[in-house]
Amino acid sequence: MSSLAATLQNIFDEPGCAKNGSKSEAERKNGCTKQLQPGSAAGGCAFDGAKIALQPFTDVAHLVHGPIACEGNSWDNRGAASSGANLWRTAFTTDLSETDIVFGGEKRLCKAIKEIIEKCDPPAIFVYQTCIPAMIGDDINAVCKAASQRFAKPVIPINSPGFVGSKNLGNKLAGEALLEYVIGTQEPDYTTPYDINLIGEYNLSGELWQVKPLLDELGIRILSCISGDGKYREVASSHRARAAMLVCSKSMINVARKMEQRYRIPFFEGSFYGIQDSSESLRQLARLLVERGAPTDLLGRTEAVIAREEAWAWAAIEPYKSRFEGKKALLITGGVKSWSVVAALQEAGLELVGTSVKKSTRKDKERIKELMGQDAHMIEDMTPREMYKMLKDAKADIMLSGGKSQFVALKAVMPWLDINQERCHAYMGYVGMVKLVEEIDKSLSSPMWEQLRRPAPWEALAKAMKQMQSPISAIARNSTLAETERRATKICVCNTVDLGTIEDAIYAHGLKSVAAVREHTNAVGGCCQRHIEDILVSEPSALRQAAE
Amino acid sequence: MAIVTAPTKACAVNPLKMSQPIGGAFAFMGLRGAMPLLHGSQGCTSFGLTLFVRHFKEAVPLQTTAMSEVATVLGGYENLELAILNIYNRTKPKIIGICSTGVTETNGDDVDAYLKLIRSSHPQLAKLPLVYVSTPDFKGAFQDGWERAVARIVEVLVEPNANGLRDPSKVNVLPGCHLTPGDLDELRVILDDFGLCPSFLPDLAGSLDGRIPDEFTPTTIGGIGVDEIASMGRAGWTIAIGAQMQRAAEVMQGKTGVPVRVFERLCGLCPNDEFMTFLSEISGRPIPLKYRRQRGQLADAMLDAHFHIGGRKVAIGAEPDLLFDLSGMLHDMGAQVTAAVTTTQSGVIERIKTKEVLIGDLEDLEWLAKTRHCDLLITHSHGRQAAARLKVPFYRTGFPMFDRLGAGHQLSVGYRGTRNLIFDIANLVIAHREENDQPTPDKWRTAAGLPPYSGYRSPIGADEGAIA
Repeated sequence: MSSLAATLQNIFDEPGCAKNGSKSEAERKNGCTKQLQPGSAAGGCAFDGAKIALQPFTDVAHLVHGPIACEGNSWDNRGAASSGANLWRTAFTTDLSETDIVFGGEKRLCKAIKEIIEKCDPPAIFVYQTCIPAMIGDDINAVCKAASQRFAKPVIPINSPGFVGSKNLGNKLAGEALLEYVIGTQEPDYTTPYDINLIGEYNLSGELWQVKPLLDELGIRILSCISGDGKYREVASSHRARAAMLVCSKSMINVARKMEQRYRIPFFEGSFYGIQDSSESLRQLARLLVERGAPTDLLGRTEAVIAREEAWAWAAIEPYKSRFEGKKALLITGGVKSWSVVAALQEAGLELVGTSVKKSTRKDKERIKELMGQDAHMIEDMTPREMYKMLKDAKADIMLSGGKSQFVALKAVMPWLDINQERCHAYMGYVGMVKLVEEIDKSLSSPMWEQLRRPAPWEALAKAMKQMQSPISAIARNSTLAETERRATKICVCNTVDLGTIEDAIYAHGLKSVAAVREHTNAVGGCCQRHIEDILVSEPSALRQAAE
Repeated sequence: MAIVTAPTKACAVNPLKMSQPIGGAFAFMGLRGAMPLLHGSQGCTSFGLTLFVRHFKEAVPLQTTAMSEVATVLGGYENLELAILNIYNRTKPKIIGICSTGVTETNGDDVDAYLKLIRSSHPQLAKLPLVYVSTPDFKGAFQDGWERAVARIVEVLVEPNANGLRDPSKVNVLPGCHLTPGDLDELRVILDDFGLCPSFLPDLAGSLDGRIPDEFTPTTIGGIGVDEIASMGRAGWTIAIGAQMQRAAEVMQGKTGVPVRVFERLCGLCPNDEFMTFLSEISGRPIPLKYRRQRGQLADAMLDAHFHIGGRKVAIGAEPDLLFDLSGMLHDMGAQVTAAVTTTQSGVIERIKTKEVLIGDLEDLEWLAKTRHCDLLITHSHGRQAAARLKVPFYRTGFPMFDRLGAGHQLSVGYRGTRNLIFDIANLVIAHREENDQPTPDKWRTAAGLPPYSGYRSPIGADEGAIA
């Protein structure tokens, strides 16, 4: 058994990680957890990450060994869905008290495991280590080992105390625990040439079930999904799969790569977000299975399903394209799925003004550039204040992000959609992408925004009062001031032509169109076309009258 | 009256309890321009933050000292210093409220000493109030964190009343954490109507009442200002709401001499009669007509609702003060408090009108509700799974309430608040009966075997007859 420190080092040295691959030898030694900034950090801890990664195993009892904060403040807060067991939604914690901390919590942990087995008799118990028992030296590995023997039941230690690092690190530590204690410990009832593993897929809002019918139709069997709607027996026997798809590359790349190494299960990184990505993933799955010996007709059948589904999805999205014309979206997400969502939104005709790449790898970024062009606005780390300003200044019409930045958009009275784990709609697969487009449309076209942006009656009144006393009305009463103002207001920025020149030209020659203005002045009439049109309509302006 | 039992099991299942540090941080959220800071690993903050955001559907300021494993071994001084400097530079807070966690309590960080050191080496912080409260995760519960934080705020920020001058129209209100921003707004209106000028500490109605601020603010968007807290010693009275506020009120009295009145309950007819009488006395004004009418409306609501609430066997899981208040009101309506589970020790729980109060979790509550045939479940949103299994009407109250909207505006105080609450609960019972319990020709056989309360659950025709 390796120590936690050794496991950590092992994870940091992940050859399958693109980010790690692009580092120098010295950088790699430093590990990959970014130093957390006290006072300006956000995001969960390693325990959070481990729990998130494993909790979707539905028939396992998840026991948190720690004080009340770790489980009491966090349980039943994820939207993963189960087709069967509901045990995963029951919270178990040792709720350590002061006495336990003085005398050690191992005894209580032992008793807790016993109580759970007596009450629920689950196929396995996952025991999560947290900071405090780690500090006081509770050896959960030893307790779990003893309990496994005593109760003849897998009791798996998940050694991921919060303070060792970030949520992402916790995902990987959870993966290590699966590799060490679970995967390969049981045999499936039967195998087929079409058995696959999905790794890093959590079945949030039940979205996996939007893709599963397609796999069923093709005869592809999900031997194990790690971990969405997963069962202990499935993951324990997942080493017999023929191929694997790594869905969330950030969370469990170590699992995919080590399973390839140990059990020769080839894997690819794919996504079911977006129409083209879904098709590509289905193709890859079929190809890998055929390479591993599945009958070759799978390829043709897969193409037929793809063609049918794509045609349906494109047709369903088509009506929205005109509605989305000129609409701009800002995408702030964990980053993993950035490029796949970018593609999907562009398919629907939305213009993307920016996307976050905080967690994206270099390869992800290259793909984004491919999709959005070289000048893609990639946001490394945007403060809430910057996001708010961007929305308030209407540089974007809608923001898509995770729940944490929700209020930045909503308080700027801007449409917002949740595309992270707490969301209530499933966006996966062809059906999901159509759903996403529907949701965006519903949000963008809501008549509510217009009402909310309108000032309150007293504010409107106050504004009118202010205008009466404002410098402009003062100028309107004073001709020299008005003239200076007219000369100082630049209309054509490209060629520096001021308002006065344009107005005078219109008056002197009786001009009626932008083209005519262009002939008589230096104005380009490109970016300033709209302004010139306005002047043509409003001639003679109050300022010019005042100047005369 | 009630026997208080403590847990015997090693494994808490489906916790009712939440931790002290976030209760403490919650109190700081009622201060203007505040940034609550948990001294612990970043998960401690992240979990709490998610909980608050899901409850209020609002942006919530809450920061962390992001203690790593190494920092925990070496001591948290540097992390605390960095965190305070970062917050000071980035968000320009008016106050930073610091709560310890299990991690930093276990390794024994002496935060008071750290703060002295930090102040001496960073003179720019001289004017920034830094209030520290010790709130280990492994002791107490959410309510205790709130209680300790408010007492500490009073201790540190309220200035002694040097010249002894008082403004009798000024009233301090120390609300417990079981009151919502909506409750505070209701109380503010009531006090205003008596010509009193209240200062709420903490004032969640200023910061988490759910409105659209004009600008983006990384700290709290409202609440009571530090200056206003300092001047609380000049008030005529301090009104504490909930037994948990006794301690803060006593600190206030000890420091400033302002007399204190604790109202343990503000839900129900009699508690509000007492409250109104008291306000009338201290303001020297008669009870406004508005409240005389509201009292009549509450009385009428009780008449209409007692058919539905009376005789119900209620299972309640809540923090001590909320449990005491709600169970009291329901008892007064004729319901039987059959199962009561709470989170932490408190003086009020043995006075709850029931046989036994368990300091336990939602598994205990579910089991008690099942074995004692309860037919109304009242607890926070985490009770939803139990309610679905028990197939009984479920009223969500307390913190957190993440699966319904309007948590911040749920009312329970005053005549009007009680009236609304009674209607909500009665309607829930009526709807549940309509959906699941329509009378059928066969039902009378089983209904006859039910305990006496079945008399109250008469068919709808009888209710209408009673109203007419």
